[in-house]
Amino acid sequence: MRYLTARKRAIGKGASGTGTEHHWQMQVSAVALAFLVPTFLIVMGRAIGQDHAGVLATFARPFPAILAGLTIFVSMIHFKKGAIMMIEDYWHGSLRKVLIMLVIGLSYSIIAVGLFALAKMAL
Amino acid sequence: MAIEQPVERPLSPHLQVYRREFNMLTSILTRITGNALIVSALMIVWWLLAASTSESYFAVANGFVTSWFGQLIWALSLLGIWYHYLAGLRHLYFDAGHGLDMETADKLGWVCLIGSVVLTLITLLIV
Repeated sequence: MRYLTARKRAIGKGASGTGTEHHWQMQVSAVALAFLVPTFLIVMGRAIGQDHAGVLATFARPFPAILAGLTIFVSMIHFKKGAIMMIEDYWHGSLRKVLIMLVIGLSYSIIAVGLFALAKMAL
Repeated sequence: MAIEQPVERPLSPHLQVYRREFNMLTSILTRITGNALIVSALMIVWWLLAASTSESYFAVANGFVTSWFGQLIWALSLLGIWYHYLAGLRHLYFDAGHGLDMETADKLGWVCLIGSVVLTLITLLIV
């Protein structure tokens, strides 16, 4: 037996059925990236172009390693939500579901590869 | 019993019925740049993985990343990320309920377009 009335269950959810959750998560990750990205660009820009030993030395330091890990993680979460939103706008039916699954898989794969590489260099 | 049949329903009119507006450009560019940045994300984690694997694998990835084609991808990605960055800030400003009149919105759109080029040049110069 459902104790909540139909109205109570629907209120605040809107057409998406999930309320403002998606939008709020995008705002949170956007603000995080607003701080992370400029710093990350400087660190990456200086790391690219160095020789192998220089790159290993850069990411053995805590600040570049943590910053890179955090930026990869937050940006991929942000990308996952944004790309799903695009797919939902342009594709329908089974293709839409397949594309969404691919985007989610790709996002988490990039996070896993990035964190593995950083951990290996840092430790 | 009713059998479900696919029905050709009329679609509501979309892009073809609207006059081209400046805001359409700034809006679609945000989506294009945001999604295109996946290319540089792939390049970054590949390069990091190669660096963590071995000297010889790093030479392969680093060779590509620092080639003229790699440099071109970095430059375009910089333009993309700075545009997306500024457009995102504009979006947050809009979401807070500010700058929604036509004049201010257009002005901020130009700030995004010109600002992204300026920030890309600055990044290329100092980094």
